[in-house]
Amino acid sequence: MANLADQHVTGAHNGETRRDFLILTATAIGGVGVAAAIWPFIGSLSPSRDTLALSTTEVDLAPVQVGQRLTVAWRGKPVFIDHRTPEEIKAAQDVDVSSLRDPQPDSARVKKPEWLVIVGVCTHLGCIPLGQKTGDDRGPFGGWFCPCHGSIYDTSGRIRQGPAPANLVVPPYEYTGETVIKIG
Amino acid sequence: MPNRICSAAVLGLFLCAPILDARAADETPSLPQQEWSFDGIFGTYDRASAQRGFQVYKEVCSACHPVRHLYFRDLADLGYSEDEVKAIASSYQVTNEQPNDQGEMYQRPGRPSDRIPGPFPNDQAARAANNGALPPDLSMIVKAREGGPDYVYGILTGYKEPPAGFNLLAGMQYNVYFPGHQIAMPPPLSDGAVTFADGTPSTVPQMAHDVVTFLTWAAEPNLELRHRTGFKVLLFLLVAVGVFYAAKRKIWATAH
Amino acid sequence: MAETRPGAASRIIRWIDHRLPFVAMLQHELYEYPTPRNLSYWWNFGSLAGIMLVVMIVTGIVLAMQYTPHADLAFDSVERIMRDVDYGWMLRYAHMNGASMFFAIVYIHLFRGLYYGSYKQPRELLWILGVIILILMIMTAFMGYVLPWGQMSYWAATVITNLFSAIPVVGQGIVTFLWGGFTVGNPTLNRFYALHYLLPFVILGVVLLHLIALHRFGSNNPLGIDMKGPQDTLPFHPYFTIKDLFGLTVFLLIYAFFVFYAPNFLGSADNYIPANPMQTPNHIVPEWYLLPYYAILRSVPNKLFGVILAFGSIFLMFLVPWLDTSPVRSARFRPIYKWVFWLLVIDVVALAWVGANPPEGLVVTVGQLATFYYFVHFLILFPLLGKVERPRPLPLSIATAVLQSGGAQLGRAGASMANR
Repeated sequence: MANLADQHVTGAHNGETRRDFLILTATAIGGVGVAAAIWPFIGSLSPSRDTLALSTTEVDLAPVQVGQRLTVAWRGKPVFIDHRTPEEIKAAQDVDVSSLRDPQPDSARVKKPEWLVIVGVCTHLGCIPLGQKTGDDRGPFGGWFCPCHGSIYDTSGRIRQGPAPANLVVPPYEYTGETVIKIG
Repeated sequence: MPNRICSAAVLGLFLCAPILDARAADETPSLPQQEWSFDGIFGTYDRASAQRGFQVYKEVCSACHPVRHLYFRDLADLGYSEDEVKAIASSYQVTNEQPNDQGEMYQRPGRPSDRIPGPFPNDQAARAANNGALPPDLSMIVKAREGGPDYVYGILTGYKEPPAGFNLLAGMQYNVYFPGHQIAMPPPLSDGAVTFADGTPSTVPQMAHDVVTFLTWAAEPNLELRHRTGFKVLLFLLVAVGVFYAAKRKIWATAH
Repeated sequence: MAETRPGAASRIIRWIDHRLPFVAMLQHELYEYPTPRNLSYWWNFGSLAGIMLVVMIVTGIVLAMQYTPHADLAFDSVERIMRDVDYGWMLRYAHMNGASMFFAIVYIHLFRGLYYGSYKQPRELLWILGVIILILMIMTAFMGYVLPWGQMSYWAATVITNLFSAIPVVGQGIVTFLWGGFTVGNPTLNRFYALHYLLPFVILGVVLLHLIALHRFGSNNPLGIDMKGPQDTLPFHPYFTIKDLFGLTVFLLIYAFFVFYAPNFLGSADNYIPANPMQTPNHIVPEWYLLPYYAILRSVPNKLFGVILAFGSIFLMFLVPWLDTSPVRSARFRPIYKWVFWLLVIDVVALAWVGANPPEGLVVTVGQLATFYYFVHFLILFPLLGKVERPRPLPLSIATAVLQSGGAQLGRAGASMANR
């Protein structure tokens, strides 16, 4: 733009450098202004405050008995909470990790061994595996069974059989009390 | 130049036009102007006043009036800590969004992400409890009334004995600033109705002032951000105007 | 631009340009384009209007991503935008006040045309396209105002759609058809939303035609005489690009003041009350830019005639190129029309005042007088003045007129010349 402005200046030599500086400044200010003006438009597309308010969920674990499973909603998805029995814990820990499709020891997937917290979305194509309700088919490993394409998870939520490529995801969570966790 | 004078005069007339409002031709007296912490370009919400105002809302107004557009989490803006907000939220019982496994709706303690629940489940229940009158939602009231904060303050402090000969209908109260002077709401505030934690004496004007500060925040929580951003924008534009004017003059200097 | 950039980039541009002459077109229409050298700042408002159209479309699209067009959810979705969406309050206030700015700019642009005879031969079609744009803007703004579903949204929609019931025989049927029901309701809201999203792009198309028509003969100028040669003109770039940009920054100052410090000044408090079909607000008032038409509507005791005159006041604009019989374009050389023009301006402001107030007493009288004058101005004064007036002698050319004032105007870096 500066070049063309110069082309139209025929024979005006005085103040040319000052004119260039002014035009440069004006262009710079214009550029900054446009960038600053565009920012809110793009920013408005990020998750809004009401969505962010639901980005964490607190769960009180006290009412969940040993052997019981609880499903809670977190960021629009189900989270499976399993108060594991000693047998389930042992079964999870006794597995040869190197034989797993997605090798992970049970200790890497829990904070306290009697509580398993995993996202209840099958890593194959996103169905919700069965196993949370009494009477549900839990599959041969006593974990979870996905009815869509037959993925089978163990008592640590790891993939053992079927088409899913990875273990059920462990969401970020922390204990905010003895029996209270905050997910997310 | 006669045309310049004409255009300036007409522009002036045009800008005044909205103010030349013949609407205030009712005998409602003009609202006394209050001083608000949020007045002017650099105004802010006095957090202490707004917290007292929330207390007034909670202990007096919330018996009849909802604040539908407020979430508990919004209260953090008033200076409450995360724990205080959680405590306030859990002191309320809130209907869960989904029914339980038997299909019944149930109550549970509130969370910061919940809306602040109103006193009535629906408008009909509200009317039934208030002789057919519907107490309006207060989260927008300051923006939804001509005169804004001064108007709401006027209503709260404007209860008087009706003048001689005024025909006050049954169940109505006389209020100086309410259009028509007959309002269904009985005077909500009386001296000492609320005990403020910070020891501020709870006179009617004080409570009215504080609750209006709270309600103005409730209607316009982004006011301070808006003013701050506006200051930066206007400053930037003033500089831009100067630079572009200089550039224009320079380019046009050779237009001969 | 292409010639000075070296290498591959300029070759690609030349390859495209040879097949689709976009850059060549820009070069001709935006850079070299000969513009009368004596344009005043009253000529800034066209480009400002174009910019506002883009601003309204962009803010509108981003708002549309967050808005819910359902009667039960619309009001709350707007409040969500104001409170929970990042920068939502800014976008909403920008869109809301942008509409007011857009109309202010377009009205000034229109009156500039009336004063300087920009509608006269050969620019009649340019003017007509402009009036079409104004009508589309009014429709868009009216439907947009309904979307927040406040009290004023609902009742303004009710009153204005009910106007069509004035049409004999089929009127009520048309109204029911427009509503999609027995009152303004959710079907009405949904179709208004769809049309409110659509019409700005129709406006964009008509603006394109408007610009094509403009470029056919070039801009008018304050003297109202044709450009006769290069001595009368300056290339659009850089002279008028920088002037338009300067005007833009001044305008943005005013716009920003409203958005950030007085965002609800031009609006109605009643629209922050959710729509209640069972209760009418005490004073139904349209937005300020519709007040004059509203005043004309209410000034006529007969319902049908009031509707005809209100719509007629805009449609009358189409006839302006033929109503005005003066052989001279610019009011600068029309000693009587120069003053009569201002009567129209005062008249329109008076009509706006009338529209804003309840129809009682003085308001009614002023309304009737002002309505009467409005039609007299166009239907009687326009044709009459052209015949009766003795215009002042026109200068020989733009260049000679500019030189005659000693060239001092242009010498002063064009500022005062521009200020005429």
